[in-house]
Amino acid sequence: MKMLINVAETVVADALRGMAAAHPELVVDAENRVIVRRDAPVEGKVALLSGGGSGHEPLHGGFVGPGMLDAACPGEVFTSPVPDQMVRAAAAVDSGHGVLFIVKNYTGDVLNFQMAAELAEDEGVQVASVLVNDDVAVTDSTFTAGRRGTGATLFVEKIAGAAAEEGMPLERVEALARQVVESSRSFGVALSACTTPAKGSPTFDLPAGELELGVGIHGEPGRERRAMMTSREIADFTVNAILEDLDPRLPVLVLVNGMGATPLLELYGFNAEVRRVLDERGVAVARTLVGNYVTSLDMAGCSVTLCQVDGELLRLWDAPVQTAGLRWGR
Amino acid sequence: MLDAAFFVRWMTAAAAVIDREADRLTELDSPIGDADHGRNMQRGFTAVVKMVEAEPPATPGAVLTAAGRQLISSVGGASGPLYGTMLRRAGKALGEAPQVSAQELRSGLAAGVDAVGQLGGSAPGDKTMLDALVPGVEALATSFDAAAEAAEQGAVATVPMQARKGRASYLGERSIGHQDPGATSSALLFAALAEVAK
Repeated sequence: MKMLINVAETVVADALRGMAAAHPELVVDAENRVIVRRDAPVEGKVALLSGGGSGHEPLHGGFVGPGMLDAACPGEVFTSPVPDQMVRAAAAVDSGHGVLFIVKNYTGDVLNFQMAAELAEDEGVQVASVLVNDDVAVTDSTFTAGRRGTGATLFVEKIAGAAAEEGMPLERVEALARQVVESSRSFGVALSACTTPAKGSPTFDLPAGELELGVGIHGEPGRERRAMMTSREIADFTVNAILEDLDPRLPVLVLVNGMGATPLLELYGFNAEVRRVLDERGVAVARTLVGNYVTSLDMAGCSVTLCQVDGELLRLWDAPVQTAGLRWGR
Repeated sequence: MLDAAFFVRWMTAAAAVIDREADRLTELDSPIGDADHGRNMQRGFTAVVKMVEAEPPATPGAVLTAAGRQLISSVGGASGPLYGTMLRRAGKALGEAPQVSAQELRSGLAAGVDAVGQLGGSAPGDKTMLDALVPGVEALATSFDAAAEAAEQGAVATVPMQARKGRASYLGERSIGHQDPGATSSALLFAALAEVAK
């Protein structure tokens, strides 16, 4: 497997050095693996902190900046960061108005953020946490670690980020973040497995003529495998799977997300099919985002996330944002 | 009786065996997890050895507590907090005694294993590290060799199980037929313990 890397051991550190070189508006601490917006701590503002394994870029480091996150903690590839990173980041961004941890529901992320919250509180930082668990592919969650957190993380970070930027207090920012989680559902599809730098070969076997339905974002296989489907069939399957679990009476934000190796040509074509299904099902679309936002290294495939929004959530979604991975309105 | 030097040797032996078996742990983690368990454990135990060699703690309890803290700080994922909490809790249970008996080690580890179950919300049979840790600690009542054997058998016994915790749980029935990587690394810790006790 050919990769544009030096050695597997330094992949994350090298990426952080490159990110620092490209984005002077960020403070990138490559040694301690903390990415902070340069003007942090912002006086009078609740700080937003997220993090998780690397390999999902631009999530989360690419979403640090005005209108979204104050800090991100990247872990090793597909491995959650350690509590020391979050404690350091929380101290760097807290202006005295508290820090909201945005945590994706994976055992490692949950445990490390939980330990970090306790340590940060010992140091006098007020911490609230919101757990993102939007993946409808995980049914019967009493027999699993619960639903995974995937594409909705972007909606949570953007909307809660806008709320914090407006000066809302921690309880309100946290409540809005929770509302976004509860209003969001996702479903992912892999056309190929991804290859982690450390392993150097695909993490699971996916024969050429098959696709994997209900995948997560860590190269873990999904809930079922089928013969390859058309874009139209995949859109029918994914959107209907989401709408089995979410009955949007309100308009939705649509995220058609690439997993890393699927070109925009295919993603836009797929979005056309997603829109067709939503139209057929009578679901109004408020805004649509198409691109690679919550990726899984070089996995081919896509995920769909829908978030039903009221007037306030939509206003916060439209608010200005200026980050490496998402920017508008400024 | 076991002194601090014995516990340092245990951590060093654990690091060596994990180093040797890192590729196998990662192989086991690929079909049902995310193919990083070997690397993560390797990184953590390398840091533990560096730490105990630079500043050898004075008591058995201090060795385990410091090793646990180091794992939490360097592993990440679920393994860091789980193994880190296990060793920290075991270290605290051993207290400040300069030497401990094998039975005191056993009850200390039992407290650590309980903490793992609480933190992960899991129990034996869920196809996790507990499936090796619980029988391993039980068999410590007999001997270090018996514990290593029981933990290894516990790890092998995860093959037919369906995962209910961690990333493998998302596979449902498809997790059946694969040995759990966490149970496998737990068995390695007992193997290292038996090795240094010889």
